Amino acid sequence: MIEIDHVSKLFGTNGDRTVAVDDLTLSVEQGEVVALVGSSGSGKTTTLRMINRLIEPSTGTITIEGKDVSTLPAHELRRGIGYVIQQSGLFPHRTVLANVATVPRLLGWDKGKATARAKEMLDLVGLDQSFAERYPAQLSGGQQQRVGVARALAADPPVLLMDEPFGAVDPIVRAQLQREFAKLQRDLGKTVVFVTHDVDEAIVLGDRIAVLETGGRLAQLDTPAEILAHPASDFVADFLGGRTVEYVDGKPVGYRIEGRFEPGEPEPDAAASEDVPVDGERA
Amino acid sequence: MTVLAAAPSWSGRQLSGNWDVVWFYVQQHTRYTIIAVVLGFALALPASYLAVRRPAVYPVLLALTNIIYAIPALALFVLLSPWLGFTNDKPIVVAMTLYTLVILVRNLVEGIRAVPEPVLRAADGMGYRPLRRFLGVELPLALPGIVAGLRLATVSTVSLISVGAVVGRGGLGRMFADGYERRINIELWAALGATMVLALILDLIVYAAGRQATPWTRRVRGAVL
Repeated sequence: MIEIDHVSKLFGTNGDRTVAVDDLTLSVEQGEVVALVGSSGSGKTTTLRMINRLIEPSTGTITIEGKDVSTLPAHELRRGIGYVIQQSGLFPHRTVLANVATVPRLLGWDKGKATARAKEMLDLVGLDQSFAERYPAQLSGGQQQRVGVARALAADPPVLLMDEPFGAVDPIVRAQLQREFAKLQRDLGKTVVFVTHDVDEAIVLGDRIAVLETGGRLAQLDTPAEILAHPASDFVADFLGGRTVEYVDGKPVGYRIEGRFEPGEPEPDAAASEDVPVDGERA
Repeated sequence: MTVLAAAPSWSGRQLSGNWDVVWFYVQQHTRYTIIAVVLGFALALPASYLAVRRPAVYPVLLALTNIIYAIPALALFVLLSPWLGFTNDKPIVVAMTLYTLVILVRNLVEGIRAVPEPVLRAADGMGYRPLRRFLGVELPLALPGIVAGLRLATVSTVSLISVGAVVGRGGLGRMFADGYERRINIELWAALGATMVLALILDLIVYAAGRQATPWTRRVRGAVL
């Protein structure tokens, strides 16, 4: 569980200050995916990076499993948190296997054990073992992102931070990666903070969505269905665009996004799509 | 390091029978070059680490290496000899080492600075500590630039060493001095040829080693998926 408690971040010096995150309070439950959405300048990436202390908050505290993150040495904290970023951030000079084995190696696992784990991870993210000895430049964008996810999961961290992880791939591959991630998450039950500027992605992957507005204020925090049904402000309503909730027998079963149906609510009997896995087990 | 008294001297006006002279100075020249470049790299490494972590240091460091490079070789030998001795190889090796810095520091720092930001952020985010990140991520990724710097430093050192002949050292440069004094043209030509061949071979070795060390730069995207 991650608790962000009255956290603010100001950049710049006294004369020229910008507020990136403004008094944010937000908790992510065990096994929950919270999607941070908002336009650029809304502080969503800053918020994410404060959790693993790539950025230090100006005020407020962040705790993971009850432990204040600022009390741990940064490198130790980070080795216990999976981190996936947009441009994959893979090490170009290391093979796929070596990339995936990075955190286990940092944690001091011996090479054999780390490599064995890395191989399991390839299976987990649906990459053939024939990719093991390739370099990142030999992979497609989608494959690189899979390796990025595998690398973040290799040491089995309870918490996963994802910063627009599927933002750099084409829409078809992105949809595929989203589906696979949703499936993976159902099995793994990680506590996930997911940054995206893509509302659809937030709706599909988020158990709850935190809508941030410019200036780093939390505009609304709720389940996708609630946010779509009852946007808290004009800003949120505008941000959601033409998306509405679809009901069957008074229960939300999914979303109509510009005419296209997206099942996204945990109601197994009502979901018709084969592509998007839907289940009733999500936290 | 070899004392100069042991050096064989050129006899006659022909090449045959003098290969031992050429070989002796080629060895000496090679030794000077390797020591200078290795020492220069060993100095440039911590200097570049400092310059990357403390950007304000970099311009100062560059100015310093430039100034050293601007000191004429002869003057540098003369300045260093009272400290390091007049009869050994140290002044020339130290001078050559200092000259390599102008190339090596710049190439190291620029190479390291060119490492993509997402890669560094990912490294930090996964829990790399600064020194391990430098040695394990930044340095290897800067290798193409570093190797280019090492090649340039090697070749320029091979060329510069000859100046040391004026103060009684200088590897193959001794043959230039001797050939000039004794008007033995073939000795000059032999020294020139040997210098060039040596530069070429050493350059090739550094290039090949660099290639060996950077396999990822050669593998491009294959037809996958």
